[in-house]
Amino acid sequence: MNETTAMSSIPWLSILVLLPLVGSLVVAFAPGTVENAKRIALGTSLVTLVVGIVAALQYDSASTKQFQLGEYVEWIPQFGVSYALGVDGIALVLILMALVLTPICLLAAWHDVPEEADAGGARRVKGYFALLLSLETFMVGVFAATDVFLFYVFFEAMLIPVYFLIGRFGGPRRQYAAMKFLLFSLAGGLIMLVAVIAVYLQGPGGADGFLVSNLTGLTLDPTTERLLFVGFFIAFAVKAPMVPVHTWLPDAATESTPATATLLVGVLDKVGTFGMIRFCLQMFPNASEWATPVVVALAVISVLYGALLAIGQTDMMRLISYTSVSHFGFIVLGIFAFTDVAGAGSSLYMLNHGFSTAALFLFAAMLIRRGGSKRIADYGGWQRVTPGLAGIFLVASLSGLALPGLASFVSEFLVYVGTFPTQPVAAVVATGGIILAALYMLLLYKRVMTGPKPESLASDPAAVDDRWRRSSGGTVIADLSLREKAVAAPLIAAFLVLGFFPNLALGVINPAVKTSLSHVSTADTSPSAAGAAAEGSSK
Amino acid sequence: MSLGMGNLLQAPSGAGTYAAGLAAHSGEAHAATGITSAAWLLIALPLLGAAVLLLGGRRTNGFGPVLATALSWGSFVVGALVFIQMLGLDAEERHANVPMFDFVTAGSFSVDAALLVDQLSIAFVLLITFVGSLIHVYSLGYMEHDPDKRRFFAYLNLFVAAMLLLVLADNYLLLYVGWEGVGLASYLLIGFWNWNPAYATAANKAFVANRVGDFGLSVAVMIMFFHFGAVDFSTVLGAAGNEANQGFMTALGLMLLLGATGKSAQFPLQSWLGDAMAGPTPVSALIHAATMVTAGVYLVVRSGPIFEASPDAQLAVVIVGAITLLFGAIVGTAKDDIKKALAASTMSQIGYMMLAAGLGPVGYAFAIFHLLTHGFFKAGMFLGAGSVMHGMNDQVDMRRFGGLSGIMKITWATFALGWLAIIGVPPFSGFWSKDKVIEAAFIGEGWRPWVFGGAALIGAGITAFYMSRLFFMTFHGKKRWTEDVHPHESGLLMTVPMMVLAVGSAFLGLIIGPTGLFTSWLEPVTGGHGDEHPVLAVPVIMALTLILVAGGVALAWMRYWRDEVPVVAPAGNLLTQAARNDLYQDQVNEALLMRPGIHLTRSLVFIDGKGVDGGAGGLAALVGGTSSRLRRLQNGFARSYALTMLTGVVAILGALWVIS
Repeated sequence: MNETTAMSSIPWLSILVLLPLVGSLVVAFAPGTVENAKRIALGTSLVTLVVGIVAALQYDSASTKQFQLGEYVEWIPQFGVSYALGVDGIALVLILMALVLTPICLLAAWHDVPEEADAGGARRVKGYFALLLSLETFMVGVFAATDVFLFYVFFEAMLIPVYFLIGRFGGPRRQYAAMKFLLFSLAGGLIMLVAVIAVYLQGPGGADGFLVSNLTGLTLDPTTERLLFVGFFIAFAVKAPMVPVHTWLPDAATESTPATATLLVGVLDKVGTFGMIRFCLQMFPNASEWATPVVVALAVISVLYGALLAIGQTDMMRLISYTSVSHFGFIVLGIFAFTDVAGAGSSLYMLNHGFSTAALFLFAAMLIRRGGSKRIADYGGWQRVTPGLAGIFLVASLSGLALPGLASFVSEFLVYVGTFPTQPVAAVVATGGIILAALYMLLLYKRVMTGPKPESLASDPAAVDDRWRRSSGGTVIADLSLREKAVAAPLIAAFLVLGFFPNLALGVINPAVKTSLSHVSTADTSPSAAGAAAEGSSK
Repeated sequence: MSLGMGNLLQAPSGAGTYAAGLAAHSGEAHAATGITSAAWLLIALPLLGAAVLLLGGRRTNGFGPVLATALSWGSFVVGALVFIQMLGLDAEERHANVPMFDFVTAGSFSVDAALLVDQLSIAFVLLITFVGSLIHVYSLGYMEHDPDKRRFFAYLNLFVAAMLLLVLADNYLLLYVGWEGVGLASYLLIGFWNWNPAYATAANKAFVANRVGDFGLSVAVMIMFFHFGAVDFSTVLGAAGNEANQGFMTALGLMLLLGATGKSAQFPLQSWLGDAMAGPTPVSALIHAATMVTAGVYLVVRSGPIFEASPDAQLAVVIVGAITLLFGAIVGTAKDDIKKALAASTMSQIGYMMLAAGLGPVGYAFAIFHLLTHGFFKAGMFLGAGSVMHGMNDQVDMRRFGGLSGIMKITWATFALGWLAIIGVPPFSGFWSKDKVIEAAFIGEGWRPWVFGGAALIGAGITAFYMSRLFFMTFHGKKRWTEDVHPHESGLLMTVPMMVLAVGSAFLGLIIGPTGLFTSWLEPVTGGHGDEHPVLAVPVIMALTLILVAGGVALAWMRYWRDEVPVVAPAGNLLTQAARNDLYQDQVNEALLMRPGIHLTRSLVFIDGKGVDGGAGGLAALVGGTSSRLRRLQNGFARSYALTMLTGVVAILGALWVIS
């Protein structure tokens, strides 16, 4: 296994997995005030971020090994299961994204759950923060696992905290939404379970028989390979979420708290597209090529369908979730274009979409907390009430429509430029999505922020959510608080930095994409892409 | 191979050959020296201004506008210094590369953020920074009492930075960044007073129409990379000249043209420009007249070798230009809103430029020449219109103006120079530039010179009519003011920029036109304009033009100066009504795009809720068992779930144990 993994003497990844878990237990069970518990949660996530950055600095993007920061412990050797961690460039940036988003979400979630005076209320708040923090453990674990079985464990186990986060702390239809989320995920997960077992049986077996590296490059019977591919792919498509198995997302994202929605859509859903690259392309390259026409068609449909659905929404949070369906379509399209450019674009998009969707969900939530409604029609003219909030909301919208200069543009651009050589029609049709994106984002901004100043606001304080009034010290409507600015600033900084200097991320992503694509044949006609194929096969 | 390609792309761009134009030089693009190597300051200064004003918040309210204005002038000074340095070089040496940083490297795709300073881009730089800075000054007066003045100047600076990036970029990706950047600034400024819902809608309309164009530009970049393996000007334009695959070049050219029609409000994406007049008037002058809307012309001229490789694409450019120049001119004859009349005129004038650009090397220099003179006279007239509005309580209805020449003398005089320039009266600027475009349109074989030359000629006559109509209705004839207005001349902050632009309108063309200064300046980029002759003798064309112009002015004089202008527009004939309604462009868009789009969206929302969700939900329920099982799962779910997980893990381990 050392052929593919550079081992690390310090178990960085395990530290990243365990730190939030420990912090989460402390938050949940340690005595003390609610405020302290929140601080502990935030502190833990910040410490984890620092550790993550230190770990990332050990990463060598020039290395020829697929995985770095590797760890390996035998777990259940009888069944080939091992505790094996390691990251390639794609996993690394996704883990960093998760580590950055967690403290931001915790900060944004500060007043999500009302703090009733009684002990039950305090326990509720602590539970909420503990669950949010615990998500970090699963997010790091699922991206870092280099053992298929371990991946599956993280993949399924993360459903538990998410289920409770949606079902206990969400909106009025949270039970329904949580159930729906779970059933969809379980359905995908169970199919994948079968495939997980089956792929092991096809592999060399042994004490480390579940390692990704041992299941790569197998000579499989075409039918078997295709069945295995489908088993994995369905689970990932549900997670991604692709049309037509996307319908759990709008409900889950709308009914959960904004912080949960952000981590769910921004990070956890990336497991789907990440899984496609890591498992589908790497372990079942021939089947991936076989399935390409269908997958590409579904991806293009997702792009346009998600965008059209977003345009038609009346609920802000649902609208934002449908934009994600559209963006995930782009990501999948780029993955199945099998060119280094599109692959890099998709991987970068996973990172950028995390920040972009976080900004949309969290900034919209700031508005919703003030306006007390998720319905777009209940707003209008808020730019004159809260100009600062309108400003950051606009920036988030522009990121959502992939404006050049902001991060999401580069990734979207790379996806369609890279997709064209192998899937020209799909690339051109999907590019039409940029027109629809302008519509769904700017119509939202127009309906919510522009127009005459709403008269009702100033005169009817009862229309304003109680919680908000308390946190803003009795003012009816205030502009951004310091805490909200702290939520917004890192996200907007990320847009700009990655918008102008995408190579910061592409530098580590590129080698990983090349490795992942080296298994599928990248047959194309362009001079450049042909060169990439030649280079890929020479590895 | 890819490695080699990568190296080629990553090599200092100076090593690549920059070949543009038919008879272009194929000399080395030089590494920049002296002030030119600091050309990035051109963009950085206004960008800094925008950042300070936007992030600084209310603290910058006091000094912000002045700072923004100073930084814009700073950018002009840098531009002027670069220009002076360029003057000291031989014609063939006047193009330099200014590398900034590695922008995007993804697999075989690699693009540097680098600037190309050559004769074409520096001409734009001088226009943008000079007119832009004047308009900053004007805005200090015009926006004096606006509470959001700081935000306005921030956007204005943002625009200047983005526009400079657009014209200085040395590759299509970076150009695209500037391209959408100016679109953003335009959106923000059209919607600057967006508490008026109509203005907010206008802003959205502009952005979305531009996005349709941007789709074209995106596809162009896409197929460009596919075919040439690069998106920088030197590689793409260098290879375009030797390209045999004409079908491909036509596709590329048409996609670029689609991009150009969006940004430059050309047919069929013209409909946003009239509504864009919702923005404050300085914005209309700078963005929607002098600079941004001419970006499409820049794109076509810059991409010259691509169009030259495809006569079909060139023909499409010419047709678009000819249609738009007539479209705009016809609409311009019926508008009573002074800004909308000017907007229609802008559209029409850009149609002239587009037509010239589509003619190839014979027209490039004239397209840019007309673009420059138009930048001066149209910006000047917009500022004049703003001055009039300032004195007339922000009214825009020309039927309520009249007789202002005596009261607003400076505005009247400066506007008069712009008017003489645009209708092409010798020796004012427009005469030199527009006449050249008309002459070029008459060059060619077969039916084309007659059709396009004829269109350009007729357009000149209509232009003279509607511009005279506008001028007479506003400044001459009887006073038709509403009772509450007390017109007055504007302050110096506003009138000085108008005077400067008026001087430009008067003399710029004369200085650089007949002397051949400008065409020979651009020749290394645009190629020689050859010695082809129009199908009609030049003096004949000139005489015909002047006759039509005189006729147009005379007609306008009779109807809008001598005769009394009714304060309520008469019903008018069918053509007038059509022109008043922008030839029903919005109705067409609504019927063809908007309403079907709304229906599609609504039905999809319905289907998604019922069909897709139902189907997928049913599948999920199947996995969970029957629907009653599903309900049972819902109760006491935690236990069930844990059990399911456990069962799954046990099952997998058991299965493996049995097998092994």
